[in-house]
This record gives sequence, C-alpha cells and structure tokens, in this order.
Amino acid sequence: MAAVTAKVGVVTFPGSLDDRDAARAVARAGAEPVALWHADPDLHGADAVVLPGGFSYGDYLRCGAIARFAPVMDTIAREARGGLPVLGICNGFQVLCESHLLPGALIRNDVRRFVCRDQRLRIESTATAWTAAYGHGDEIVVPIKNGEGGFVADRRTLDELEAEGRVVARYLGPNPNGSARAIAGIANAAGNVVGLMPHPEHAVDPLTGPGADGLGFFASVLTTLVTA
Amino acid sequence: MIDTVGRAGHTPAEPQPYADLGLAPDEYARIRELLGRRPTTSELAVYSVMWSEHCSYKSSKVHLRQFGEKTPAHSRMLAGIGENAGVVDAGDGWAVTFKVESHNHPSYVEPHQGAATGVGGIVRDILAMGARPIAVMDPLRFGPADAPDTARVLPGVVAGVGGYGNCLGLPNIGGEVVFDAGYLGNPLVNVLCVGLLRPGDIQRAAATGAGNKIVLFGAKTGRDGIGGASVLASASFEEGREAKRPNVQVGDPFAEKVLIECCLEIYRAGLVVGISDLGAAGIACALTELASSGDGGMHVDLDRVPLREASMGPEEVLASESQERMCAVVAPDKVEEFLAVCARWEVLATVLGQVTATGRLQVDWHGERIVELDPRTVAHEGPVYTRPIARPSDQDGLNADGPERLPRPNDLRALLLRMVASPGLCSRAWITDQYDRYVQGNTVLAQPEDAGVVRIDETTQRGVAVATDGNGRYTRLDPYAGAQLALAEAYRNVAVTGAEPIAVTDCLNFGSPEDPGVMWQFSEAVRGLADGCLQLGTPVTGGNVSFYNQTGSTPILPTPVVGVLGLLDDVTRRTPMGFAAPGDVVVLLGATGEHFGGSEWAYAEHGHLGGTPPPVDLAAEQALAQVLRCGLLRSAHDLSDGGLAQALVESCLRRGLGATVAVDGDPFVALFSESTARALVTVGEDDLDRLTALAEDSGVPCVTLGEVTGDPDLTVLDVLTVPLEELRRASEATLPALFD
Repeated sequence: MAAVTAKVGVVTFPGSLDDRDAARAVARAGAEPVALWHADPDLHGADAVVLPGGFSYGDYLRCGAIARFAPVMDTIAREARGGLPVLGICNGFQVLCESHLLPGALIRNDVRRFVCRDQRLRIESTATAWTAAYGHGDEIVVPIKNGEGGFVADRRTLDELEAEGRVVARYLGPNPNGSARAIAGIANAAGNVVGLMPHPEHAVDPLTGPGADGLGFFASVLTTLVTA
Repeated sequence: MIDTVGRAGHTPAEPQPYADLGLAPDEYARIRELLGRRPTTSELAVYSVMWSEHCSYKSSKVHLRQFGEKTPAHSRMLAGIGENAGVVDAGDGWAVTFKVESHNHPSYVEPHQGAATGVGGIVRDILAMGARPIAVMDPLRFGPADAPDTARVLPGVVAGVGGYGNCLGLPNIGGEVVFDAGYLGNPLVNVLCVGLLRPGDIQRAAATGAGNKIVLFGAKTGRDGIGGASVLASASFEEGREAKRPNVQVGDPFAEKVLIECCLEIYRAGLVVGISDLGAAGIACALTELASSGDGGMHVDLDRVPLREASMGPEEVLASESQERMCAVVAPDKVEEFLAVCARWEVLATVLGQVTATGRLQVDWHGERIVELDPRTVAHEGPVYTRPIARPSDQDGLNADGPERLPRPNDLRALLLRMVASPGLCSRAWITDQYDRYVQGNTVLAQPEDAGVVRIDETTQRGVAVATDGNGRYTRLDPYAGAQLALAEAYRNVAVTGAEPIAVTDCLNFGSPEDPGVMWQFSEAVRGLADGCLQLGTPVTGGNVSFYNQTGSTPILPTPVVGVLGLLDDVTRRTPMGFAAPGDVVVLLGATGEHFGGSEWAYAEHGHLGGTPPPVDLAAEQALAQVLRCGLLRSAHDLSDGGLAQALVESCLRRGLGATVAVDGDPFVALFSESTARALVTVGEDDLDRLTALAEDSGVPCVTLGEVTGDPDLTVLDVLTVPLEELRRASEATLPALFD
C-alpha cells in the first residue's frame, strides 16, 4: 500500500518568524507542510500542528497573550484536547501556555537579555508525540534564541510534571534563562501537546545549524501518526 | 493660522526661522528666488530637511561622483548609486541588494531606540528596492570599553539592534565592535542589510503616470523624530543630549515585520508603479523624491495622513520621522486590491493624492494650498558645496611619530594573553549572543567567522558572503590608504570563505565638513576607496555619508566602513575559519613585514597612534583571493588586527583544536605585525603540494607553519605554549566583566 504523506500544519501569526523554518524541518522529516493562517479556523487537513517561533503581535503584552485569541487557536485547542499532536516552539510554547493547553508560564530571562546560542539538552521523556524517535537520556544540541524563556510554575505543578514524566527536555550546563529546574520543554498529560523553548527546526541540517539533532522532533510525529 | 501659498505671497517680509532649521542665509535666499516669494512654513520645513547635509549630500556630492566615474567595466550592477540601494546580479536568476547606513547621533542620545530605528531604516531601504531582507550586520564603534559612558551606550545599542532585528526575523550574521577614545562622545552605529529579489522585480522610487494614486501605508504619523535628519544628523553636539531626545525616532518592529510581508505580497501581485520608504525627512522626502524622479507633478491632501496626535500641524506632518511607513504609487484600477492586501496584514493604508501632469508638487491642508513647488528643486537640485580642504597641521608630526620608539615586549606568552583579552580583540559573544543568527534557516556562516554567509537558493545552494570593515586609526594616519585598507580587509574577509568579491557599499563616518582638515580626510578616503574599487573590480553600489561626528571641535577618527559582497556558487563548499581536524597542515599565505603603525599592539599596550599604516597591495589581495578559492582549504582565517597571533588563537578556539607552529625571524614581529594580504589556512597533508604550487603560480608567498594537533594547547615552538582553556577564559571574560 502506498504511504500517504502526513500533513503537518504550520501556523503563521502576524509576527511569526520561524514559520518557514518549521515548514522546512517538517519537509526534511518527510511530511508535507501545510501553511495555516491565524485568521482561518480551518486546519486544511493537517494531522499535526506546529506553532512556530517569533514575536506574535510584537509580544508587547505578555508573549502569546494575543495570539491565543486567533481563530485558528480555537480549532487547535479543541482538536488538541481530542489528541491532535501540537508542538509549540519558543513563541509557540508561550501561546500554548497562554491557551492553557500547557501549565506554567514563560518569563523574562533571568540574565535580562535575549540569548542566542547552541544549547545542550537532555531528552527526559520519549513518551510524547514529538519525542518518540529519541532515546531516554539522549543528549542533543539545539539552538535557543529567546528573551522570555524562563519557565515558571508553582511547586506543585512542577512536582506533578516531574512525577508524571512530562518534563520533555532539560538544559544541560549553565541554565540559559533561569528556567525552573532547567526545564526546556514540557508535555500535557496525554503527551500529544509539547511546548519547547529551544528551536529544533534550526537543527535539521549541519550546514545551517549546529547539527541535525532537532530532526527527531519532526520524525517523531510522523511515527506517531503512522502508528496512531 | 495656516500659512498658505496665498498668504506667503502677501506677506513677503514675515520673518522666518530658517537659521533654527539649519538653513544658511544664502540657502534661504535661494529658496525665495526659486519660489519667487517667501516659502510657506510647510515649504520651509520641506526645503530645510531636504537640503540638510544628511538628505542632500551637499558637501560630499562633488567627491562621491568618483564612485560612478571609476566604476569597473564588466560590473554586475543592475541598479546603483541614486537608488535606495545598489542591486547586483547574483546569478541563477537572483539579484542581491545591500547597503550600509549610519544612525550615529540618535544612538548617542538614546542608545536603544537610536540603534533599533537604525535597523528599521536600512531594512526599509532594502524593502523599497523590491527585495526581501535576508540578513543584517552591525559595524559599531564606541569609546574606551571601560569608560562610564560606554557602559550607558553599548548595552542599549546592542539591545536595540538585537531587539529590532530579532523581532523582524532577520539573522544578524556579523559586524564589528571597535573601542577607541575617539568615539567617546560620538559612537558609531552603522547597520548593513542584505536583500534578495528577482532581477525583474526591482522597484523604482518614482511617481509616474498622471492619475496614479499616492498611497501612504504603515504606521500612523506622530511627533517622534521631527527634524531627526536636519537637527541630529547634520550638526555636531554642542549642548546637552537630553534636549535632543524628542528628535529620536521610536521603533515598532512588529509594525515593520507586517509591513515587510505586506510589501512583498504587494510586489508579488504587481500592484505598484513606484514605491519609496519613509526615512529621514519622512513624508517631505518621500513626496519630493517620488515626484522629482517621476513625472514631477503630484497633488496630495496632507490632512488625510493618519495621525497619532490630532493637533499636529502640516509642517510637523511633513517633517515627522515616524518609523515603519512606506509610500506607494498605485494605478487606479489596482487601488482596491492594494488596500485589500494591506487590510489582510492589518496595515493602515490611505490614499493621499495622485500623480498629475502639472510638473509641480501641490500639497493641500484642509483644502488650502500650503506647498506649491518644483520637486526637483527640493530633491535633486539642492545646494552643492565644494568645501575648503586642508591637510591637518598635525598630520606630519603624527606620521613622524612611528611605533619604532615603543618598547618591545620580552614575555610573548604574557603579551599574547593580554592581547587576546584586550577589548579590541576579545570575544564578542556577549554582544553577538543577543542576536538571532539562525532565523530564516539559511545562515551558513555567522560571527565570529570572518564573513557572514547566507544561502539564497536551497535548490542550487547558491549564496552570498558579506563582511564589513573599517579602521579609524589607520585612516587617521593616512585616509587614502585607510579607506583602501578597509576595502582590502573586507574583500579578504569575503575571500577567505571561498567567495568571489563582487561589489561594495560604504558608510563614510567623519567629523564636520566645515572643518577643512576633516574635508581633507574625507576627500582622501573617497579617492582611495574609489581607486581601490576600480582596481579590485568591485564597484561601489551605494552607501551613506555621516558628517558632523564630533564633540565640540574634536572630530571622531575618520571611519570609512566598507561592506563587501561576494558570491558563492555552492555554500556547501564554503571555508570556515576554525581548524578542522588534527593532522591538517597550517600554512601562512602572504608576506609578513614589520608593520606596527596604527596596530592593535601599539594601541592596547602603549595607547599609541602614530607612524604610517601597513602598506596596501591590492594586487596581492587579488592574488590571495584567487588562491583562497582553490577549493582545497579545510579552514581559512584572515590576518588583520592583532596579526598572526590573534588568527592562531581564534582558529584554535573556534572548534577547540590546538596547533603547533614555528615562526621565522623575530617572533614578536612574526606574531603581532599587521601586514596585509595574508591569511592563515589549513589543508590536508595530501593537498599541501597542490596548494604550494598554486600559491607559487599566483605569486603568493606560502609558508608551512606547522600542524593542527589534537592537543588542548597552542604552541609556538621556542616561544610559547598556552592551554586553549586559558586562552578561552582570557578571551571570553572581558566583555561580561565590563557590561554584565
């Protein structure tokens, strides 16, 4: 039987910046990227969705606070509760927190500066739609680039995330932004929604990134979709 | 009361504040002569901003002509000086546009916003050419690193460049940071932007076709930045900078980001006849330049401009430098579609008027005529000055005071560590880590590499390399040579990546043109750059002049910043700067002499500036570039500030691979001299003979220094051994210690 290519939607909000990069990563992993527009609630057949990095609406208010009200987010929130794999990268992670699809919030980096660097991460959970292709404890290098990437949540939430294996990735080496417990990414309880502060879409080709360690996130969702 | 054209005709004797607006008495008299009456207050606002040094190039024009006159044959230029930015043919059906501009004075007054809007301004220039902006670079100059005012200016400038560029989604792929007492009261914030387009999609800044509509779109117009160009950029600071703060523009990068996407969609749909960005002199500049470059006639209802503050008068509306605005010329049958695209991006768009066959720019304010003039007299036929030129009286003394008298060091290991840690040579990571270098996914090389390399075509892997350089100390010692040395270094920085240098942009930062000594520096630098570009076959495609960079009567170091653009057929074959693998042979290309005039060593160790800069040899640079494109090299790093020692350290630290080398003659000279036309390269052992033969054929001196080792240290045999970790700590500690 001929394989049907999975479709992965990439949302463009006004101010999205890494949308084309996310689409490139999706294509590189073997899926078909589908451009989604913030004002259009239709997912155009996407089997999974990426909320890309950037500064939606300039992030002049809290990051992601306006984007969560986009018509496309109503659909995504509804479908995500039904199991649609959703990956929020950087600004996308912020949008997911603002949408209450993920707990906690992202605040200004403790160093009070934008930080762009190649970051070592450890994969802490492979039980999500976006990390199944990794091995538990894998150490990877992926760029981070954010000004408001410090993950915060109350202690009970943090303990819960830890206990339920929902911490997806952790920073290795010096904590780049003051994230609680060096958390770089988390998942919802079902594991289909993942928020990640680092940018795996910028580590899919050694020519233009620190390596190809980030490709696994996009390969994972393909596997998830095929076996679903 | 509105000062109408009619009123101006009846009140010829009314006193006008032309001097406060920066106009000379004879310039004011000329305006009256052109109009046949006194100007209205609105016309006075238009002439004063457009005839300012910043907008009119009135002191530099007679010199800049050389860039056109000395354009090399076989140039790839598709559009050149006079346009918003030059455009060059990049092959495979692509064109690239690039330009460097200054935002010096605003960045001193208000570092964050000044630098941010500097990015915004050059990005709109590139956008107005019809291109998608694809990268930025920021050549910066500050006072001494440990000066209290540098601690105020530098963090703000860096946050401004980063904050704006990051939010636009533009990778920052390189630039420079230079510290010198000469910039203490007048930092330099230059920004270069690169754009990509199809050759057939070049847009023109001209209003043609009577009946076509004039549409203003983007941000609303406010009181920010009124007179920025005339008040800030065309005069020196005499009084306190706080009073100038209202002249600084305020940036909204989100508005610019949607404006970029909106413009690109408008271009794709073929909806504009002409387009201009709004930068210095705002609407006054856009209307007069569009009309002047087009049919000449235009009628505009200025009261239609959407305002942030309803109480603004027409003079303020004309002169406002509010950011994130563009002005388009649209055929009547395309207006609806144009406005629909703007609505989709939630960009405000307003039809202000139309192109006419009158040959006159006519501006009304609530039905009353406030401007009626020939736009050419404003935009293209402004005053031109041949300013007096005199070689400064201290020049001979400066050149006679060479570095020969300076004590030479005994302990080269200690010297190396001090040099590596010096503000002029230390790691720039504290700064560049605040810039997104990854966004758009095409960055192949970025700082600290010698040049930034960006892929422009994912199918063919074609790309461009860009570097900027400028050495104010060399230029102070010899402005003709200094400009050529900046050109030579940027050319070399592009060449080490394996790219073929093809075009130049320049930002000429100087003191007051009314100082004959400064004018001598300027004229010599322009002559040097034009001659150099002719010899290297790389035309100047556009750029910017920034005068009045001085505090009181003391000008900055004359600083021509030169940007060179190169082409790479295949970016996967680019050469990075870091040592690649143990066992590779380390080779020095080019000849080393004893050249310490204006050197980093003389400045860092002795605070000395004197003598003559290293000699320029452009033929040697061309030959070196030829060898650097041989395709054999595993790594290549340009030798410049700090000489061979600095190049060795940087090549080792890039990937953490040590090396053992030997040098001939006086090791101090071998390691720290700044002779030009040199590069530190590595090749696999099997390729050494081919490289040597190639270098010999090209007449490039080629010496094997040693090899890349797996060891964690850098060894210069019989001279020094330093662990890489010690070098890294020395290099990386300086800026955080100063600015954290």
